Amino acid sequence: MDVLALLLNGIWIALEPINLGLALLGIIIGLFVGTMPGLGSVNGVAILLPFTFVIQQMTGQATSPMIFLAAIYYGAMYGGAISSITLGIPGASTAVATTFDGRPLALQGKAENALVIAAVASFVGGTISTLLFTGAAPLLANVALKFGNPEIFALMLLAFATFVGLSGDDIPKTVISICIGLILSAVGFDIISGAPRLLLFDSTEWFSRGIQFLVLAIGFYGIGEMLSTIYETKNKTEISEANMTLDRLRRALIKSSEAWKGTLIGSVLGFFVGILPAAGATPASLMAYGVSKMMSKQPTKFGTGAPDGIAAPEAANNSASTGAMLPMMTLGIPGSPTTAVLLAGMVIWGLTPGPQLFTDQPDFVWPLIGSFYVSNVIAVVVNLAFIPLLLRLLRMPFSILASLIFVLSVVGVFAAYQNMYDVWLMLFFGIAAFFLRLLKYPLAPAVLAIVLGPIAEPTLRQSLILSDGNWMIFLNRPIAGPITIVAIILILLPFFHFLRKQWRGTR
Amino acid sequence: MRVAEFVTATLIALASIYLMWKSGEGPSWDPTVKRFANIGINIDNSGPGSGFWPFWLSVVMMVSAFAVLGNALLGKSELSRSRKPFLTHFGLRMMLSVGGALFGFILLIEFIGFYGAIPLFLFYYIYFLGRHSLALAMGIAVAVPVFCFFFFDVAIRIVLPKGLLEPAFLPLYEIFL
Amino acid sequence: MKIYKSIGAGFVALSAVLFFAVPAQSFEPTKPIDFVIMAGKGGGADKMARLMQSIVESNGWSARPLVPVNKGGGSGAEALVAMKSVSDPDHAIMVTLNSFFTTPLRQRGLNVDIMTFAPVGRMAEDTFILWVHKDEGVNSFEEFLAEAKKRGSGWVMGGTGSAQEDQIITNFLNDTFDLEIKYIPYKGGGAVAKDLAGQQIDSSVNNPSEALGFYESGDVIPLVAFTDERLPLFPDVPTLIEVGEDFAYYMQRAVVGAPGMSDAALAYYTSLFDQVYRSPEWQKYKTDKSLFGDYLAGDDLKDYWQSQRERHEIILKASGDIK
Repeated sequence: MDVLALLLNGIWIALEPINLGLALLGIIIGLFVGTMPGLGSVNGVAILLPFTFVIQQMTGQATSPMIFLAAIYYGAMYGGAISSITLGIPGASTAVATTFDGRPLALQGKAENALVIAAVASFVGGTISTLLFTGAAPLLANVALKFGNPEIFALMLLAFATFVGLSGDDIPKTVISICIGLILSAVGFDIISGAPRLLLFDSTEWFSRGIQFLVLAIGFYGIGEMLSTIYETKNKTEISEANMTLDRLRRALIKSSEAWKGTLIGSVLGFFVGILPAAGATPASLMAYGVSKMMSKQPTKFGTGAPDGIAAPEAANNSASTGAMLPMMTLGIPGSPTTAVLLAGMVIWGLTPGPQLFTDQPDFVWPLIGSFYVSNVIAVVVNLAFIPLLLRLLRMPFSILASLIFVLSVVGVFAAYQNMYDVWLMLFFGIAAFFLRLLKYPLAPAVLAIVLGPIAEPTLRQSLILSDGNWMIFLNRPIAGPITIVAIILILLPFFHFLRKQWRGTR
Repeated sequence: MRVAEFVTATLIALASIYLMWKSGEGPSWDPTVKRFANIGINIDNSGPGSGFWPFWLSVVMMVSAFAVLGNALLGKSELSRSRKPFLTHFGLRMMLSVGGALFGFILLIEFIGFYGAIPLFLFYYIYFLGRHSLALAMGIAVAVPVFCFFFFDVAIRIVLPKGLLEPAFLPLYEIFL
Repeated sequence: MKIYKSIGAGFVALSAVLFFAVPAQSFEPTKPIDFVIMAGKGGGADKMARLMQSIVESNGWSARPLVPVNKGGGSGAEALVAMKSVSDPDHAIMVTLNSFFTTPLRQRGLNVDIMTFAPVGRMAEDTFILWVHKDEGVNSFEEFLAEAKKRGSGWVMGGTGSAQEDQIITNFLNDTFDLEIKYIPYKGGGAVAKDLAGQQIDSSVNNPSEALGFYESGDVIPLVAFTDERLPLFPDVPTLIEVGEDFAYYMQRAVVGAPGMSDAALAYYTSLFDQVYRSPEWQKYKTDKSLFGDYLAGDDLKDYWQSQRERHEIILKASGDIK
C-alpha cells in the first residue's frame, strides 16, 4: 500500500507539465539519435548532460533532468530497432538481434509490420520491467550483489551458448566467426595486466585503442551488407513499396499480437539479465532471441521474418534498459556507457547512488519510476506516428539510399570514436564481410562476440585469479554452477545433432 | 567458389597462426619476458596472462579452419562442389566502382575534410553510378553536408574534421557555436 | 594544507596578472575546444570532467563549447598520443589522473614527455581509503593487519587496473606489513565498490566518491586513510601516518593543455579553470566527495608533476613493473 501511494504520487509528479514536456522532448531526441547508425543513446545523453544543470536550477528538483535523460535513453532504444529494420544496420549493439528477423520482413515489403511489432514489443517490455522494478527494486539490488565475476562469466557463457545454436548449419564457420569477434575484442590494451597486446603489425596508432564494436558492426552491416545487396540485385532493387494508411496501421497493430510469446519471453528475461551489473541489454536481447526460438513451435521460421524473432529482442532490450537503472541507482555501477553518463549526471545533481538512495531520496526515485510509465506511453505513440515517415524513406530510389547509407556509415563511425583510423578499419571490415558472406560465413556471431568479449574475458580471468587457476570455481558456486551447466548443455546440443546426422549419413 | 573456399580457409588458418604468435608477445617494457610466457592459466599465482584469451581462441579458430578445409576436401559443403566463379564480371566492376569510390571518399576526408568529401562522393554516386538527374544529384550533394553540419557540429557538438577547409568554417563557428 | 592554500592563492593572483598583462596577445578560442578525458565513461575522472564542462557551459564562461571526448584506451596512452599529435594545440585540453605519470613511464615506446604539456590547472587531489565489508569482523587497521596476515593469499583486494594507484597502495601494504594480499584488477572503481559490498572481495582502496553509497548504507567500513590529515568527511578514521607509516598517496585531478600550446592560450585556460575551481558547484563537489588539494597552475604545477613522476618511477621500479 505504501509503495502504491508513493508510486501514484510519483506518476502525478511525472505528469506535471514541465516533466511531461521534458519526457516528450527527450523521447523525440532519443528516437532521432537512436535511428542514426553510429549514434546511440549515449551520444544524446552525454551531449545534453550540461544542459540538465539549467533544468535543475529551473525546476529545483533533481528528478526533472533525470526524467529528461532517461527519456532520451528510452527513445533511443525504440530508435535502434528502426535502423535495424529499415536500413539493416544495427544502430547499437542492443539492436543486433533485431536485424535477424526485422530486416527479412522489411525486405518482403512488410516493413510496417516489423516496425509496429518492434514498437509494441518495446512498449510491453518497458512496461513489464517497470512493474517489476516498482515491486521489487530494493530486493533485487541484493540479488545483483550476489553476482560476482564467476557468475557474470557463467552468464556470458550462457549467452554464447544460445547463439551457437542459432546460426548452426555450418558449425566450423560459426565457431570461426565467434573466434574472430572474441580475438578482435582482445586487441589493444589488456585491462588486467596493463600490457599492450595484439598490436597487429606492431602499429600503435592503429590498434592501441582496440577495435570497437561499432567499427565492426557498421563495417559488416553498413558497408558489407550494402555491397552484397548491390551485388545480388545488380543495382535494380526498390526495397519495398510499403505505404502507410491508418487502416494498415490498425491491421499491423492487430497482427503484432501474434508475437505475444516472444514479447513475454523478452520482457521477463530482459529485466532479469538487465539488473545484473555489467551484463546489460545486448546479452539480454540475444538470449531472448535464442530462448524464444527454442520455445517456438516453428523454429525454422526464425531468420526469415518471424514476428516472435523481432518482438523478443526488442522487448528484451527495452526491458533490460529499465532493469539496468537498478544497479546504477542502488549500487552505483553502470551496466552500459549510457548508464555511466546518467551516473555522472546523478553525481552532478548532488545525489549519491547507493543502497540508501531509495530511502534517502524518495523525492527523486519515485517520480523517476513514475516517469518510466509515462515515458513508455509517450514513446510508443511517438514511434507509431513516425512510422509513415520512415516508410517514405524506404521508397527512395536504391542508388540514393545506398549512397546515403555509405555516408551515414562513415560519418557515424567517425562521430562515435572521433578518429580516422576507425573509419579505415570499418572500410576494411566491410569489404572483408562482403567476401565472407559470399562464402556463407555467418557474420552476426562475430558482431555479438566483440560486444561480449570485453565482459567475458576479464571476468574469466578475475575468477581464475580468485581460484588460483582452478576451473571448478564456475561449477562449485551456488549461482554460477547451474548457469554454467545449462550453458554447457546448450553448447553441446548442436554438436550432438551434428554427430547424429553424420552417423545416420554414413549408415 | 571451390577455389575461394580453400583459399579463404587457408588464409584464416594462417591468420590464426600469426595471431597465436602475436598473442605470445610479452610486455614491451620488459624484454626479458620470453615469448609465450603469458599464455598459461596461472602464472606466478596471479591468474592467466595477457595472452591466455587470444592465444587459445586462435588455436580454436585454426582447428575450425582445418575443419572447413576438411569438409571442403570431402566435398561435404555445397560451396566446395560449386563450379560457379567466385566473383562475376559484374561483381568485379561493382567492387571497383563502389568500393573504389568508398576508398576515395575516405581518402579525400583526410585532405579536404568531411564537408569537402561528402558532396563529391554523393555527386559521383548519384549522378554517375545512379544515373539520376543533375539537379537531384546537386541537391542531395549540398543538402546532406548542410544537414550534417547542423546536426553534428551544431546540435550534438561532435565536430567533424574540416581538413584544409578549416579556415572557411571559422565564421560559421562564430555564428552557430 | 595551509602551504597549499597560500601557494594556490598566490597562483590565482599571478595567473590573473599574467592574463591582464598581455592584452595585446589575449586569446579567445575560435573553434570548439577538444576536452579529452584520459579515462573511459563513468569513472571518477569522467564524472569530474563532465561536471567541469557543465559548470563552464551553464555559466557561459567560454566563447566556444568544450567538447568532451573519452580516450581511455591503454591506461590513457590513447589520450597522450592524441594530445601529442594534435594539429591545433590551442584548442585541445585534457583531464588527467595519475596515469599521466605512470603510463609514459611504463610505455616508453609512446615517446611522451609529460613536461612538454601545458600546465593549465590542478583542480583537486582525490584521496584513498582502505575499506572492508562490515561482516568481515574487522573494525580497525590493526585487526585488518592481523586478519590479512592470518589468511595470507586468501585475503583478496580489488582495485582499478594494474600497476596503477590501487595496486601501488596494495604493494605498499604487502611490503611494509609483510602481507600476501592477492590483488584483482578491475576496469573501474564502481565495480570494485560493488564487489566489496557483495563480499566478492575482502577489501578495497576506493576513493571516497566511489564507496560513499555503500558507506552510507553501512555495508562497508573505512579503516585507514592514505592522506596527510584526517578527512573532514571521516573524522574518526585515522591516517596511515598516525598509525606509524610515513605514507600518503593522492590522485591528481588536473587539466593540461596540448604540448605546444601558446602562452596566451595557456593563460586563457588557466583563468577559465580558476573560475571553475572557485565556483560554488565545484567547491560543493569537493566537500561532498572529500577531495583535497588547492588550485595549482603554471610552474608550480610543473614542479608538482616533476616530483610525482620521480616518486612513481621509484615506486614502479620497486615493484618490478618497470626496469
